[in-house]
Amino acid sequence: MTALLSLQAVSKRYGAVQANAGIDLVVDPGSIHAILGENGAGKSTLMKLIYGVESPDAGVMLWKGQAVNLNSPAEARALGIGMVFQHFSLFETLSVVQNIALIVPGRKADLARRIRALGDEFGLDVDPEAMVHALSVGERQRVEIIRCLLLNPELLILDEPTSVLPPQSVARLFETLRALQARGMAILFISHKLEEIKELCDTATILRGGQVTGRLDPRAHSAKDLATLMIGRAMPPPLPATVQEVGEVRLELGGLDYVNDDPFGVSLSDISLRVHSGEIVGIAGISGNGQQELAALISGEVVQAGDMIRMMGRSVDAVGVAQRRKMGFAFVPEERLGRGAVPEMSLADNALLTAHGAGLVQRGFIHRTPERAYTAACIARYDVRTPGPEAEAGALSGGNLQKFIMGREMMLDPKLLLVSQPTWGVDIGAATDIRQRLVAMRNAGAAILVISEELEELFQICDRLHVLHKGHLSPSLPTAQTNAEQVGTYMIGAGA
Amino acid sequence: MRVSFIRRERASRMAMLLAPIAAFACAIVASVILFTLLGKAPGQALYSLLLEPFLTWYNFSEVLLKMAPLLLIAQGLAIGFRANVFNIGAEGQLIIGAIAASALPVWYPQGDSGFMLPAMLAMGALAGMAWAGIAAMFRTRFNANEILVTLMLSLIAAQVLNYLLLGPWKDPHGFNFPQSVMFPDAALLPILLPGTRVNISLLFALVASALAYILMRHRFAGFQLLVGGLAPRAARYAGFSEARAIWVSLLLGGLAAGLAGAAEVAGPLGQLQRSVSTGYGYSAIIVAYLGGLNPWGIVISAFVMSVIYIGGDNAMVSADLPIAAVWVFQGLLLCFYLAGLTFIRHKVSFTRKPRATP
Repeated sequence: MTALLSLQAVSKRYGAVQANAGIDLVVDPGSIHAILGENGAGKSTLMKLIYGVESPDAGVMLWKGQAVNLNSPAEARALGIGMVFQHFSLFETLSVVQNIALIVPGRKADLARRIRALGDEFGLDVDPEAMVHALSVGERQRVEIIRCLLLNPELLILDEPTSVLPPQSVARLFETLRALQARGMAILFISHKLEEIKELCDTATILRGGQVTGRLDPRAHSAKDLATLMIGRAMPPPLPATVQEVGEVRLELGGLDYVNDDPFGVSLSDISLRVHSGEIVGIAGISGNGQQELAALISGEVVQAGDMIRMMGRSVDAVGVAQRRKMGFAFVPEERLGRGAVPEMSLADNALLTAHGAGLVQRGFIHRTPERAYTAACIARYDVRTPGPEAEAGALSGGNLQKFIMGREMMLDPKLLLVSQPTWGVDIGAATDIRQRLVAMRNAGAAILVISEELEELFQICDRLHVLHKGHLSPSLPTAQTNAEQVGTYMIGAGA
Repeated sequence: MRVSFIRRERASRMAMLLAPIAAFACAIVASVILFTLLGKAPGQALYSLLLEPFLTWYNFSEVLLKMAPLLLIAQGLAIGFRANVFNIGAEGQLIIGAIAASALPVWYPQGDSGFMLPAMLAMGALAGMAWAGIAAMFRTRFNANEILVTLMLSLIAAQVLNYLLLGPWKDPHGFNFPQSVMFPDAALLPILLPGTRVNISLLFALVASALAYILMRHRFAGFQLLVGGLAPRAARYAGFSEARAIWVSLLLGGLAAGLAGAAEVAGPLGQLQRSVSTGYGYSAIIVAYLGGLNPWGIVISAFVMSVIYIGGDNAMVSADLPIAAVWVFQGLLLCFYLAGLTFIRHKVSFTRKPRATP
């Protein structure tokens, strides 16, 4: 049998970074093939090469045994390769069928009919006339998949398709993918979630540092084996879960309402929540359900009148970020560049950004020696890979900058810490380290609120969970007494 | 073929230093072409423009005289520019400063108190601040763009000046010229270099440069302004007040321009005239950018710009150049410098194929 797609010794380099080094890959027709690897392992680069977004520096790509040289995604689509990106490319102000008509030729009425037919056949039901901004993330993903399917691809590439979905939608996506497989379509499934790959895929190619470290049948291997191939060592041990008495209330939201002026933003209604000293409370939910708005209201970047937010027992609605920080509040935002850090400034100056109160500024003058010492300590303790405190923040990789910002805020020894997406883009080893430090801070009496999309992470470190869905917050769910299914129900708004 | 500009991770320091020099060279080449097209001898024009200011002590002292207001204003403006607060109306703030400073000698033309001069300078500085403060108020209260407000306030300031010089403040013995009485000696700045017109306002400008350096390099307040300019969302995240940045930027810019205006009437002019400013407020914008918004760079660019000012005056006489040609030279200088900055911050890539859209 001729392979559908075959790559031989494909390499790609970006500046100093060898993103792909001599990659071999064989995808058979009718196979669901996993590309497994950590952030930065070269998965996305490889997909861009296959989809014609980038050209390889070296190596050969064969499509049904014929050497091809793709110069654009249009050429890839013409061959029969479709791709659904992690970040959707849909116009929110257009309807489903209008969005699809931008790429797929045909009359709108015909397209709408074909969209419904595909929906029935593969469980991808979505209303062709619906406006995209009114669709849930799962529905948007279905639109993207339908758009690919309308072009009759033989190979479908899905980049981290489950990262944005609640557990129930994941099960549904998998049914769709299996139905497509049964029709003979090959699927490249990119992920770093081991259990999903074991459940869905029949072949896995594992990448680490731009190279292939394994090619196997994931159903026949344990998650531990896969992880070892993926990160080059055994999975770090899980965190010891200790129950402890909680102390006084450090953050209290009492019926917080917020009306967003932005028509595409999320309004919050009646959010009530308490975080005590000595506990970690998690906010689960899919991004875009009000997480950004909630974080900005707690941090003080958005201020509104009322008496709905209390910190350390004091009403803080009227005061801004600076005052809240003085009271012992610290915050790690989900955007690192441009918000958590100034890309053009050195790490030392970025330490000054929020740690100025820690003796770095005296009588209005910046003291360079303590500034450097604070930065150097942060770099050393949090394993930030950088030439030193003078390096520009913008030159650091996302994961390294995240470690730096986490370190900067945690070294302030806050009474109340708000963390958005603590381990986005951070490799597994460093992520475990960050989680362990959060737990250590909790044990030392800090109150911590974590907003994260990674359910696994929340279950690992949190004492209690809330779920945010369309601006509404679920009741408090003690982690020990809940499970992913229950949380998932709240994530799609079906919880009662 | 497609040309795209890709932001560099790091701008080269060497290139940052070379950019103003390269811009200067390009401006010379372009103006040679321009002068030739105008039918003027380019060699003679450039000689007058760039060399004559150095050839006599008098000319050189005039360069230093021009440098004082340019340097003072540019330092004030650069602080705001680095915070992304664009005060384009230093011209108006200078005029209002000059008017406020002139009030005392106009009302007390025989005054000989030692307090007259300090009071004039203080009034000029405060009036400049107040004039810029109007723009700050509009920006923070109504979110009105400070570029437009400061610019429009300059036009108003010019009309206020016209009104005063054609009406209440016109010198009754001045043959109907639109100018005030000559100021008494007590209202004039001491001369710094004997035998020239250079007064101690040059020292004000140099002190202001040192203060600007300390503010932007060593003071936390300056750091907050920089963060606000580079990454406004990071400033909000860290709790640095945007309103405060707007007020500080505009007030400091207004203070410097107002003081410069006071120093003009109390210095080389010795009275309030309609030509109290020959575009210092606008040229200072060019000076600030040519100096890379760096306090020491601005000292150099203020000097260069003053040379062009004095050289331009010479060229009008000896090379028969219109004054507009000098302004064109200044404009070319800024354009080439900004173009150079684009290449320093971005690399240009030429690609064969159109960029793929996913």
